[in-house]
Amino acid sequence: MLATKTISITAVSKSIRTNIRTYTMIIALALIWLLFGSLTHWVFFEPRNLSNLFRQMTIVSFLAIGMVLVITTGNIDLSVGSATGLVSAVTAYLQVQIMPPILHSLFPAMAAGPLGVLNTIIAIVTALLVGLLIGLWQGTIIAFLKVPAFIVTLGGMLIFRGGVLAVTQGKTLTIYEDDFRLIAQGYVSDVAGWIVGALVIVAFVYIVFRGRQQRKEFGFKLVPFYRDLLKAVVISALVVFFIFIMNSYRGIPNPVLLMAVVAVIFTYLANNTKFGRYSYALGGNKEATRLSGINIDRVVFTVFILIGLLTGVSGIVLTGYVAAGTIGGGQNYELDAIAACVIGGTSLMGGQGTIIGAIVGSLIIASLLNGMSVMNMDVFWQYIIRGLVIIAAVYIDVMSKRNRS
Amino acid sequence: MSETNDFILDIQHVTKEFPGVVALTDVSIPVKKGTIHGICGENGAGKSTLMKILAGVYPFDSFQGRILYNGEELRFERDSIRQAIEKGIAIVYQELALIPLMTVGENIYLGREPSTSGIINWNKLYHETQGVLDEYHLSISPTAVVTNLGVGQQQIVEIAKALSESAKVLILDEPTSALTEAEVEILMGILAHLKERGVTCIYISHKVEEFFRITDSITVLRDGGVVGTLATKEASYERIISMMVGREMRERFPIGNRKPGEVILEVRNLSVDSPYQAGKRSVKDVSFSVRKGEILGIAGLMGSGRSELVTTIFGEYGQNRSGEILFEGAPVVIDSAREAMENGISLVPEDRKRMGLVVDQSILKNMSLPNLERFSGFLSINRNAELNACESMATYLAIKTPSLLALVNSLSGGNQQKVVIAKWLMSEPKVLILDEPTRGIDVGAKFEIYKLMNKLAEEGVAIVLVSSELPEILGMSDRILVMHEGECAGIVDRSDATQEKLMAMATGLLAAATSEVK
Repeated sequence: MLATKTISITAVSKSIRTNIRTYTMIIALALIWLLFGSLTHWVFFEPRNLSNLFRQMTIVSFLAIGMVLVITTGNIDLSVGSATGLVSAVTAYLQVQIMPPILHSLFPAMAAGPLGVLNTIIAIVTALLVGLLIGLWQGTIIAFLKVPAFIVTLGGMLIFRGGVLAVTQGKTLTIYEDDFRLIAQGYVSDVAGWIVGALVIVAFVYIVFRGRQQRKEFGFKLVPFYRDLLKAVVISALVVFFIFIMNSYRGIPNPVLLMAVVAVIFTYLANNTKFGRYSYALGGNKEATRLSGINIDRVVFTVFILIGLLTGVSGIVLTGYVAAGTIGGGQNYELDAIAACVIGGTSLMGGQGTIIGAIVGSLIIASLLNGMSVMNMDVFWQYIIRGLVIIAAVYIDVMSKRNRS
Repeated sequence: MSETNDFILDIQHVTKEFPGVVALTDVSIPVKKGTIHGICGENGAGKSTLMKILAGVYPFDSFQGRILYNGEELRFERDSIRQAIEKGIAIVYQELALIPLMTVGENIYLGREPSTSGIINWNKLYHETQGVLDEYHLSISPTAVVTNLGVGQQQIVEIAKALSESAKVLILDEPTSALTEAEVEILMGILAHLKERGVTCIYISHKVEEFFRITDSITVLRDGGVVGTLATKEASYERIISMMVGREMRERFPIGNRKPGEVILEVRNLSVDSPYQAGKRSVKDVSFSVRKGEILGIAGLMGSGRSELVTTIFGEYGQNRSGEILFEGAPVVIDSAREAMENGISLVPEDRKRMGLVVDQSILKNMSLPNLERFSGFLSINRNAELNACESMATYLAIKTPSLLALVNSLSGGNQQKVVIAKWLMSEPKVLILDEPTRGIDVGAKFEIYKLMNKLAEEGVAIVLVSSELPEILGMSDRILVMHEGECAGIVDRSDATQEKLMAMATGLLAAATSEVK
């Protein structure tokens, strides 16, 4: 009786120790929220503010998701901020300057509604295409011409910013398409939100219990049933709580749903595909991976194509969010994205990092920004505090690694 | 009290615990002044931990027991390697700790460059370096860049560095693991010279032969405890081995029952240029063949082109090459590891940490890395199939681990090597090339790897064994190819081969006489 008890206690303390990284992150997030909550007379926790906070985090989180793979393979991408700005500028320019006259002459009889939808679809496709081209350009130079990613993307940062200035001519291009703005500014209706939540819970429970079933068939050891059950209950409760909060304002913001979908896709890619496995192996030991018969150039190329596409997505949401293409669009986003990864446990040495970590990292950064602006803190303080938080995050990482070894 | 004065270093009842493991239990080793004291043990016996305590890597309050140095207790603070050096205790690490792109002189005086108000006096530095090198009759230039030196010379530079810091106790951790026979001779000479000068040496190794050449006394460690300390002249090879492994070792090489079949891999006139050094030809006109179920040994000195030869066959060395490779009688072109694998050729590379493993990943992920195609559908990996296949391979190779999800880092050297072999066996190769498969692993694990080689050969796999340990080559191979400066100095049958003959061929003395290529 006593023996089993001690065993279960050691098992719990062991699992706490192995997940220390995750807990530090969540505790940090909780502390930041509590701090801002108390400093802002709990305005911070109002559904309206939380809804804004989650929407604000999405633009950088798309970049952070791609950045996890980039850093994991032992590379870096300093150009994502400028690239997002370029996508945004091109998308806005296309919608405002080029498409309206063309669409009018092509479909003179079409009503404003369908025309807007068409314009929006063309803008989305173009944005993704621009992102893809950026990925192709940088991926080719890095993977096949072997120029270090740091240099290529540092160059890219300048080149794409130059592109932004060229496209916008130094002016702000305000967009008018409501459909396009809704991508970033709209909300999922309450009912649809609950349906999405239900689907997520059903899918999660299905995955957990199918996994158990399969492990049983193969005769592997199973974790105790209560652990899986507890996991399912906690996750479901979180989903319900989140949707409840969002719905008590206006519903889940569209970009948050988009972010969740992208995060799920990339988590799957990272964990369950050959490409994902190769990326982590490559970051851990390039030589061993090459000698294992893996085409490492192709893996690196693919990683840059993917982050290119994600800059496309990020650019779309940015354009919709500010309803314009601006000269400063995306400035410093690369730093926020890298910081989000690092805060979320991605190792700058390569080989380690998770998508969910980067999402939580993005949330921490967005919380800081949001909280500081709710407090009306001076902008110079905001910069200084962001900088200090990044350094502190890496310091915690270094410390936790030292303690382990 | 007078007794302790004979001992320059007296380790008394040292116990060191890590969370969950006891690395050393009540270890006491007295080391006499001016002697060479050998410490041997299998990997994981506690040698490295003990050494780190002596060097001040672990501070004095992190372990129990005490260490007397000239009768006085050593109390090193945390990370106090500097303190140890000041006391006159110097360590030459297993992994070379030199800065590759700096010169010999810069390395030797790193951190204590002769200088006036912060400006380095280069002339003085190189002059003094020359003095240190001359004292040991070393023909190395003080201005040579370390990366251009051979591994053996680098090791000697490290020793010179330790000595220039006027070390009274020199600790050598596996100093010969990367050295050629000739370099080992030089090292032994230096150690003998040091002994005359009154320097005490602690010589840590698992190569038992070396202890008999150089040491005065030997302490055997096993599982973190001292099995015994004995004078070298009273010890025997068998006695030390049985103390190390805790049982009698009758045979060092298992006897196999191999029946070589038809030729599976044939190499004709293979030459390849070095991709690292323009104008250098690494392999020159080498021809040989391997049969199914045969073990072909490839011997040769370090730098003779052994690894280059097998890596070229595997498609991962220089692209500028000539000659032909025939697999099952048909010519094949292999330009990458992937193509080699598709042809049924696997290579277990020589440096497992650098080339074989992703040490921060799980055993499972390492094993399946080259084999993911087998477990993958269009998009995703079937993790259960992967785990299943890896589990049966781990059982086949008897990899000792609580779980396949444990990190490779947590395994002993021998088990890490098994993971690399497992990774390559899963692709079911017809030809398995093993480059230094037993380097840096203990006697017990070596024996298991030898048994495995026999088992595979009996199942019809052709094995190519590259090794710098001649006893291993002689004990395991059916035929032996000897390399000398990129050329094949000859191929001999096991029955005709002796250690002397192979050495003569490897050094180029016997090249022409025995080149009756089969």
